[in-house]
Amino acid sequence: MSELLNLPWHEAKTAATARELVDASLCAIDERNPALNAFLHVARDAAGGMPVAVKDNIVTTGMPTTCASRILGSFVSPFDATAVARLRQSGCSIVGKTNLDEFAMGSSTEHSAFGTARNPWDPTRVPGGSSGGSAVAVAARMVPAALGSETGGSVRQPAALCGVVGLKPTYGRISRNGLVAFGSSVDQIGILTKTVRECAELLGVIAGPDPLDSTSSFAPVDDYAADLDAGIRGLRFGVVREAVSQLEGEVRANFDDALAVLRGAGAVIEEVSVPTIGYAIAVYYIVANAEASANLSRFDGIRYGHRSARAKTIREVYFESRGEGFGDEVKRRIMLGTFALSSGYYDAYYGRAQAVRARLRADFDAAFARFDYLLTPTTPEAAFAIGAKTDDPLAMYLSDIFTAPANLVGIPAIAVPSGFWRGKLPLSLQIMGPRFSERALFRAASAFERETGYWRELPPVCT
Amino acid sequence: MTWEAVIGLEVHAHLSTDTKIFCACATAFGAPPNTQVCPVCLGYPGALPVLNRRAVELAIRAALATGCTIHERSVFARKNYFYPDLPKGYQISQFDRPLATGGSIGNVRILRIHMEEDAGKSIHHGEVSHVDLNRAGTPLVEIVSEPDIRSAEEADAYVTRLRQILMYTEVCDGNMEEGSLRCDANVSVRRTGASLGTRAEIKNLNSFRYLRSAIDFEIARQIAILESGGTITQETRLYDPASGETRTMRSKEEAHDYRYFPDPDLLPLVVDRAWIDEIARSVPELPQVRAERYQRDFALSGKDAEALVTSRPLADYFEATVESSGNARGAANWVRNEVLRVLNEQKLDLAGYRVTPGKLGRLIRLIDSGAIGGKAAKEVFDDMSASGHDPEQIVERKGLGQISDPAVIREAARRVIERNAVQVEQYRAGKAQLFGFLVGQLMKETRGKANAEMANAILRELLG
Repeated sequence: MSELLNLPWHEAKTAATARELVDASLCAIDERNPALNAFLHVARDAAGGMPVAVKDNIVTTGMPTTCASRILGSFVSPFDATAVARLRQSGCSIVGKTNLDEFAMGSSTEHSAFGTARNPWDPTRVPGGSSGGSAVAVAARMVPAALGSETGGSVRQPAALCGVVGLKPTYGRISRNGLVAFGSSVDQIGILTKTVRECAELLGVIAGPDPLDSTSSFAPVDDYAADLDAGIRGLRFGVVREAVSQLEGEVRANFDDALAVLRGAGAVIEEVSVPTIGYAIAVYYIVANAEASANLSRFDGIRYGHRSARAKTIREVYFESRGEGFGDEVKRRIMLGTFALSSGYYDAYYGRAQAVRARLRADFDAAFARFDYLLTPTTPEAAFAIGAKTDDPLAMYLSDIFTAPANLVGIPAIAVPSGFWRGKLPLSLQIMGPRFSERALFRAASAFERETGYWRELPPVCT
Repeated sequence: MTWEAVIGLEVHAHLSTDTKIFCACATAFGAPPNTQVCPVCLGYPGALPVLNRRAVELAIRAALATGCTIHERSVFARKNYFYPDLPKGYQISQFDRPLATGGSIGNVRILRIHMEEDAGKSIHHGEVSHVDLNRAGTPLVEIVSEPDIRSAEEADAYVTRLRQILMYTEVCDGNMEEGSLRCDANVSVRRTGASLGTRAEIKNLNSFRYLRSAIDFEIARQIAILESGGTITQETRLYDPASGETRTMRSKEEAHDYRYFPDPDLLPLVVDRAWIDEIARSVPELPQVRAERYQRDFALSGKDAEALVTSRPLADYFEATVESSGNARGAANWVRNEVLRVLNEQKLDLAGYRVTPGKLGRLIRLIDSGAIGGKAAKEVFDDMSASGHDPEQIVERKGLGQISDPAVIREAARRVIERNAVQVEQYRAGKAQLFGFLVGQLMKETRGKANAEMANAILRELLG
């Protein structure tokens, strides 16, 4: 029955009933999740429908939302995120909530308060993060699709490490209502699927303006799957020089192979400079953490979530509850963000970071004046071993080096499987486009997918 | 050298919207605790603020009515601090890009007007505290004056006028008891002509009495410290209504670092000129302008005019009475003296008052036409206030109609002169005090209904 989940969505829909699809999904979860820890909650009573997993920092009625943090306790949201409500309305069934780095802060899922998720291609390695659980759920064919969330690459990076398609849409394309905020000016819900077509179809379901999110865009929702078969002959791709100049070994070779595939399909490929891209990680960690320091203030032990049993005074309610409830990485980022906004430091950090961000945006605008797309690898390396970077936060932060610029600039970007490192760990190509160019992104990603077909490869747990 | 106080005021006014500034919850006062709340104003995970257009409209109206310049682009920021009645751990407020700047009320300049959300309420019972979040997210404008105020009386006058303007424009209901209008004062003292002294900020001034008493106390406290050779510390002080004193709440060292930054959940607020112009057309005639018009058009004294414009319903009532009576001076007297007296005595407001301007106007017309006398008019008015009946009906029912037909009075006067020949003789011989007796007889003859003025004149004429 779980072979149903190896089919692309449009085929599975005709091959089985809604009930059979959900049962197949629940069955696959029972079989594969214990070894992979992708799900924090499984909705055993899920209604029939196209099964979708939802990252556990996106709120859902009827099941807990933990953000993989102890501070939320047994919190259940009184409302559905707009994206979740739209999924349900279109006949999708939420089969569970997926594991993540606590509050989406991390690149490996190791910062989950409920244990790390594991990479289905090699369970001794991380699946990436923070949407690691969603990437694992799709890669191990437990669900055909999952929602994740991005702040600096949290969909694309785990998609890359797990060998699935991951989309970070244009900022404002999908409502953030119901996405537990991390860095509000960079946060965006993203989509993980096996294939580009599934991703395009799902975006059509959940994209669009939302009166509950002032930053959601009124730009018309496109027919995202319309150009999937249109090919890329004559389209212009810019290779970001600053990003790829230091690539080495197999990652370099894999990227060059990807360029050859695109060229073979008729694409025009040239190098392009985005001079400020090297500052993106520094800017990203100041902006996102500054915003996070305010966004996480609401977890105070007063209205919901964990309140320390030891607290006697109001000060203790704050200090003890937050001290017990948040993990180390979250505390580190709250402190970094608080510092960056502090009186006397604001101009040097937050103010300066926003100024550099504006320059970065201008650099990308200039590049897109000449190219339809920009290319980099999605990640600088394949999945690393569990524990390899937990003691070195800066090394961990560099996992986002190719992905974070798109968040800062607000443009869409997609990660597509591009082959395997040493024949066993997935690698990925990142294609970026101008704001609201999702339809064109799917066109290019689909052409690459058609030429390569890596999505048909299954990780060992599925065979 | 004498001491001079330098005072600036920050007035927080609740905007009279039906719903909160960033969600659709009701703002009505007095509901059971935590019944007007939703995920947004409770700060639930994933909930986002969406700005209430009506709140912006009212804030712009306040800015226009105080002569401020409205900025087409302003920015909401997060003001970060922890308190149990602040659900998100930050207050959404405008900081370095406020909605409006640079207005004035009288000779007090206004530095800025910005929009923000109110916090909830903490209620302390001994060891235990409760939080009511019904008020959290209520829209506010904060109106910050320049330090142009020099005494408690001037502060009182400024807030009085500001409150009148906010109520006239229906921006705020002005209810200080319910916390719709709250005030903080920045107070310092200096030798006349010297540079500014160190200031203390006094919080919690939610009545005119507290405002005056706190400022007076604070001025005296600061002068006493300086005169004994001490220095003022910059700090936040809390006014205690029970003792009439201010005391330290937190020192400068303990001051919060609010870590303001632009709220990424809200786009910059952009208001276009056309909308501002449209709102400007909805700003009613303001009290000061109205009082000046009354003096000019109705020849009222400054004092009368001021008294009649203290609230918009009162001024509207007065003008409707002028209309219905055709007598501005009469309307002014009746409204200022009688109407306000009755409303005061019976703790009524104009909305529910039975003596409508139409009825009061007709009463004034009855007086002006001579149909009733002054004394009878008071009686009719009191009856109207109690019964709500028409004045004509009351005059009829009580038989208070006045005889103003000269022929009828002349006829009665002749009868009085015939019947009192002796007294008439003595009067004519020079006993002037007998005139009063004869008037009395004439009133008796007309059963008290003769127009007194006419009775006097006619009798004098007939007596020669």
